[in-house]
Amino acid sequence: MNIVVLVKLVPDTYSERKLSDTDHTLDRDSADAVLDEINERAVEEALQLKEAHGGEVTALCVGPDRAVDAVRKALQMGADKAVHVSDAALHGSDVITTAKVLAKAVGTIDGVDLVIAGNEASDGRAGAVPAILAELLGLPQLTHANKVTVEGDTITVERATDDGVLHLQATLPALVSVSEKINEPRYPSFKGIMAAKKKPITTLTVADLGLDPAGVGLSGAWTAVLEAAPKPPRTAGERVEDNGDGGTKIAEYLVGQKLI
Amino acid sequence: MRGFQLDEEYEALRKTVEEFAHAEVAPVIGDFYEREEFPYDIVAKMGRMGLFGLPVPEEYGGMGGDYFALCLALEELAKVDSSVAITLEASVSLAAMPLYRFGTEEQRRHWLPALCRGELLGAFGLTEPGGGSDAGALRTTARLEDGHWVINGSKSFITNSGTDITGFVTVAAITGEQPDGRKEISTIIVPAGTPGFSVSKKYSKVGWNASDTHELSFVDCRVPEANLLGERGRGYAQFLQTLDEGRIAIAAIGVGLAQGCVDECVRYVGEREAFGHRIGEYQAIQFKIADMETRAHTARLAYYHAAAGMLRGEPFKKEAAIAKLVSSEAAMDNARQATQIFGGYGFMNEFPVGRFYRDAKILEIGEGTSEVQRMLIARELGL
Repeated sequence: MNIVVLVKLVPDTYSERKLSDTDHTLDRDSADAVLDEINERAVEEALQLKEAHGGEVTALCVGPDRAVDAVRKALQMGADKAVHVSDAALHGSDVITTAKVLAKAVGTIDGVDLVIAGNEASDGRAGAVPAILAELLGLPQLTHANKVTVEGDTITVERATDDGVLHLQATLPALVSVSEKINEPRYPSFKGIMAAKKKPITTLTVADLGLDPAGVGLSGAWTAVLEAAPKPPRTAGERVEDNGDGGTKIAEYLVGQKLI
Repeated sequence: MRGFQLDEEYEALRKTVEEFAHAEVAPVIGDFYEREEFPYDIVAKMGRMGLFGLPVPEEYGGMGGDYFALCLALEELAKVDSSVAITLEASVSLAAMPLYRFGTEEQRRHWLPALCRGELLGAFGLTEPGGGSDAGALRTTARLEDGHWVINGSKSFITNSGTDITGFVTVAAITGEQPDGRKEISTIIVPAGTPGFSVSKKYSKVGWNASDTHELSFVDCRVPEANLLGERGRGYAQFLQTLDEGRIAIAAIGVGLAQGCVDECVRYVGEREAFGHRIGEYQAIQFKIADMETRAHTARLAYYHAAAGMLRGEPFKKEAAIAKLVSSEAAMDNARQATQIFGGYGFMNEFPVGRFYRDAKILEIGEGTSEVQRMLIARELGL
């Protein structure tokens, strides 16, 4: 089974994250960059499926040159090869243009049975790319999976919601997005780190994919971020003394906040 | 390792172990420490990521790395906790590596894959109740009888010797007398559970409380003759070599502890306020931390240098002794200062620096006391 797993370099959630002043895109210099945690789980799921069913895992990344760190981490964990689309024209791409580029890039990989993605990235949090990509590729989409099983060419996933567990099934090829609860990703071993140095990374530009540079990036985006402000710091709470009328005062407060 | 700049793959390993230590060890190790409980789950995870096989060739289930890779992993673990670091060090440096170096092909194939996966731990039985620094004074005996070694004696302070996953203890024993009248010392592999081999209850220790340490006794304990590790009569030379390497590993643990003290203090003094300022703004605190960083840094250079010499196949006895000496003293000094900076909190076991303080002292004792290191350095200078 040949699997493509989508990986993304994101600012470390433990470092300060902000948008640039000029075009409100991610200020990549202000934060440490890491492979998105949810993508580590996507890679882990791909590796477990490969270990059970054979085949090859290809890590696919759209991002600037330094995103090769995310690609390398996936290779160190055990992915066999990688495709990295890097092009200055991609700066500021929204979810739709990103998905278009990903769809073209998936097309460069032979015999893909399954595409695995994280259900949302920890930076943009749009959570829309997997669904758009599935649509563009014409693949059935099984999103927010907590568990994935493959038997023959049938793929089954479990999706936990507040109301219960949904069991979804499709025929391969398909696209799955995984949730953060799906597995515990492995740490790369030293053998994996050494082996990763020899694994092929194909670097492609927008032109290599046959796309018009004007149709991607900020110029091709359907949406634009106008403003971003940090969350205001939490203010001290309001103290209510209970002199027998505490319940009323709480109710009045909640009414004042339009909560009841 | 090129000069003192870490090659890309070593840096990737260092970073991976750093992430592991922060994500998997730091949040839980305090509880294990307090309960004096062995952290099987953490050890299993370390096994799955290949740490126990770092310097062992791939054909025996290892990672095909080298001893320096092991040292980097030890340093990163020890920045967070020394109990898990010493568990790794003892199993790899004192058990797996001698087995790989001196063992027969059959012994290697039998033990190394499980050791490398961390599914079994190895231990090395050298020190005895009556002989620590004077390791040659050992009294445990092994006599050959009907194709079996019959072992009698006892061993003290043996790390990894009594866990549920202990595979074997290699026991240094007197196996006869040399022509010149000196003792003939050999090393014998004794599998856990062999009749006549008993493990006493765990020591109550000052530090390293989440590691496993026991006194062992052997009463007419019989193992097959083929369990001899290396040549008969070469035991002394073998463990001298094992200990020379082990000193670099202990140095790495000392550097980790010393650096862990710096990291904890830098974080704390940026938050803690006294007399209207964050205490990190006071020069008295800054100078303490600057000295701590200096000690950690110079000790790191010493162990990198010793490891580089060893990997190039050059003599490294003096360099290893120097690295062990400076790093264990750096660890002790830094733990003392870190505890001082943390004040009352530093005296509480729930704070990492409290653990560091308790864990530091043994570094000046285990695998060669500071006095033994000075003796070795002086001897290398021809004194």
